[in-house]
Amino acid sequence: MIQTIAFYLFAVIVVASAVMVISARNPVHSVLWLILAFFNAAGLMVLVGAEFIAMLLVIVYVGAVAVLFLFVVMMLDIDFAELRSGFVKNFPLGILIALVLAVELIFGIGAWQIGGVQLGLAQGAGHMAEAHSNIASLGAVLYRQYLFLFEAAGLILLVAMVGAIVLTHRERRAVRGQQNISKQVARRPDEATVMKSPESGKGIEL
Amino acid sequence: MIGIEHYVFLSAILFVLGVLGIFLNRKNIIVILMAIELILLAVNINLVAFSAFLGDLVGQIFAMFVLTVAAGEAAIGLAILVIYFRGRGTIAVDSVDRLKG
Repeated sequence: MIQTIAFYLFAVIVVASAVMVISARNPVHSVLWLILAFFNAAGLMVLVGAEFIAMLLVIVYVGAVAVLFLFVVMMLDIDFAELRSGFVKNFPLGILIALVLAVELIFGIGAWQIGGVQLGLAQGAGHMAEAHSNIASLGAVLYRQYLFLFEAAGLILLVAMVGAIVLTHRERRAVRGQQNISKQVARRPDEATVMKSPESGKGIEL
Repeated sequence: MIGIEHYVFLSAILFVLGVLGIFLNRKNIIVILMAIELILLAVNINLVAFSAFLGDLVGQIFAMFVLTVAAGEAAIGLAILVIYFRGRGTIAVDSVDRLKG
């Protein structure tokens, strides 16, 4: 009973905050609604017993990705009202396509519930070990069977990090008339000035 | 008791909302990226729910990989956004036509 109530609570908040994400006027509000959606999705995952993924969702999505979005939205000085001008114009087409997609998905789920579609069963590649917690059995599967994929995921993150740094790094250009203090202090009068006594009628070479 | 079809319906709704978000905010690339995150969240809910109800942990492993790719995509996407804004002073998707794609 309490599980049912918790599911509907989390599900309603997830859907409502997803609606707010796509319809909020201010992108900062969109990011904050996105954070709420992620928290409640994490709650849903705790409900089915996937605690590790739930915590990963909170740490990675809320702690890193959403904060990254927040930084970018707040750092760039963007006229958001101008960007929103197509909202009403795109509304009918968007709703139409969303409805078509939703009906297709519901047809698929309905066909499966009636029994017209046979789903494949789990092959038992990663059975939950009874005696262990979710995270222990997840680690066993991850490091035994999916080690190379795990390494590849790490490589993807490394490449993403290097790419982001290379893209946004900016070399500070020397500004014209820049002051070099040590050079200024090391300057002596005898090497800065030259005495010349030019003969009359001739030029002087400096 | 909550069955798997509840989770499947929820993730279908979330997926459709993400696609709708891409259509509604066609000019604002930040909201488009957030809508993509919503779509990936729907996929993750689906994977985790099936993994839990079928008793097979592979779904949760793949949810982790989806999470990795989503994080990398957000980082690269926002980096491209930042340099684009530096050069143009706007992030309107309509004006991204240098490649005439």
